Amino acid sequence: MFIRKTRTATSNGQQEGIAMPNVHRRTFLKYAGMGTAILSAGAALNSCSKDNTDGSGVSLGSGDTSVLNYAYALEQLEAAFYIQVIATPYAGMSTAEGIILTDIRNHEIAHREFFKAALGANAIASLEVNFTSIDFTSRDKVLATAMAFEDLGVSAYNGAGQYITLPAYLGFAGKIVSVEARHAAVIRDLITAGSFADSTAVDAQGLDKARSPLDVFGIASTYIKTQINVNTLPH
Amino acid sequence: MDLQNILTAIEKTDPEIYERLDTRRSAMKSFANVGKVLALSAIPLALSSMFKKAYGRTPADVLSVLQFALLLEHLESGFYTEAITHTSLFDAAGLAAFTTISNHEAAHVTLLTQTIQALGGTPDPAPTFDYTADGTFPSVFSSYSTLLAIAQGFEDTGVRAYKGQAANLQENKTVLTVALQIHSVEARHAAHIRRMRGQKGWITGKATDISAIQATYNGEEVEAQGGVTITGIASQVDANAATESFDEPLDRAAVTAIVSPFIVTV
Repeated sequence: MFIRKTRTATSNGQQEGIAMPNVHRRTFLKYAGMGTAILSAGAALNSCSKDNTDGSGVSLGSGDTSVLNYAYALEQLEAAFYIQVIATPYAGMSTAEGIILTDIRNHEIAHREFFKAALGANAIASLEVNFTSIDFTSRDKVLATAMAFEDLGVSAYNGAGQYITLPAYLGFAGKIVSVEARHAAVIRDLITAGSFADSTAVDAQGLDKARSPLDVFGIASTYIKTQINVNTLPH
Repeated sequence: MDLQNILTAIEKTDPEIYERLDTRRSAMKSFANVGKVLALSAIPLALSSMFKKAYGRTPADVLSVLQFALLLEHLESGFYTEAITHTSLFDAAGLAAFTTISNHEAAHVTLLTQTIQALGGTPDPAPTFDYTADGTFPSVFSSYSTLLAIAQGFEDTGVRAYKGQAANLQENKTVLTVALQIHSVEARHAAHIRRMRGQKGWITGKATDISAIQATYNGEEVEAQGGVTITGIASQVDANAATESFDEPLDRAAVTAIVSPFIVTV
């Protein structure tokens, strides 16, 4: 197992502490939240993707293992985010918000540790995250990022289910995705009451989003420093 | 999506496709008819309908699961449709939330109906429902707290029901994905309704303050997943977190037992 921390220059200005101005990052998150209509345009995806298709980077394994490692990577990202949120609470975090965000942190840690244990020797190593673009002192920015992560997580599990072979693994994904959806709904309601399942999350057919693993990594890689080889992910 | 290209591609793989389907024209025509009622995301379902006609493969399992899901969506849709007519029960936020959910459940009924048809099945008609559950909840549409309690029960049950059927849909990836996309919407609804009632958005243990719907929560208290004990797996993960972080499935028999008091005729 190896993790490369070096990488080629990317257009998002993330590396070496060159943070993209928050306004741009916010705009990106906003559009990312709007789903595949925009992200399926290859240029939009590639502009923020640092993941490797040339065979280098952390290998996720193949088959069901790759899907579980994919979920493990996302849970690592979410857990790291909420650990930071609770370690450095934003100004004016209410008691109720603190309870909610602590609960979510604990759930994401449970998910992370579950995948680590379930994968055993096949588990990827701990990922290095990059949260330099997130202003953890700002309630608006923390909750907006939380919403983006939760909605992304829901869409990731929804999109990955079809690639899982073993019924028991599909079962685990199902047990987790609905909890992510509960998180998403609660965070959304903290931002704007009643937005738990508004039209930015649920379409006119009453469906949540489902994103392919490559689309999800295209979005999430902004926050993941470790290079990941996405070649073996099903698509 | 270019249907001509798809048909041409199929033709290359299986030159006898049109003998199986009668003619290319009839393939296009049946496609066009389905296309009129289905949004783009459902077109793969139409495609699978065509394959089913050509190759005789739509496992009864998938259709059976879809009929089961349709029954649950009828149950929910009928409930919310009725609920939002009792406007005096609600404040503005409550009515808005119920209207959002009502629209989703109605959309699920429509989508499942079309999906069953696209797969060559005949959607079961909606039964007649009794939302008092044969007198258990006489104030369902006159007491806001009863209304919300039943809504929570329906949503949390719906989440468990879809979860319990996922593995039965693995042979049809398109249908599986649609079911997952409905499943997480039900979870969003559940979280919101729970918080309207002053509960956490997630389920702790098998706890509920509504004893009449305890069966909806039984089994949620498990602390191990696939042989991995979640409680204590990290210092932050106590038994509450362990049970909250994994929602549990319910099989069809358990769900049927929960919803049958609300069903008058099948």
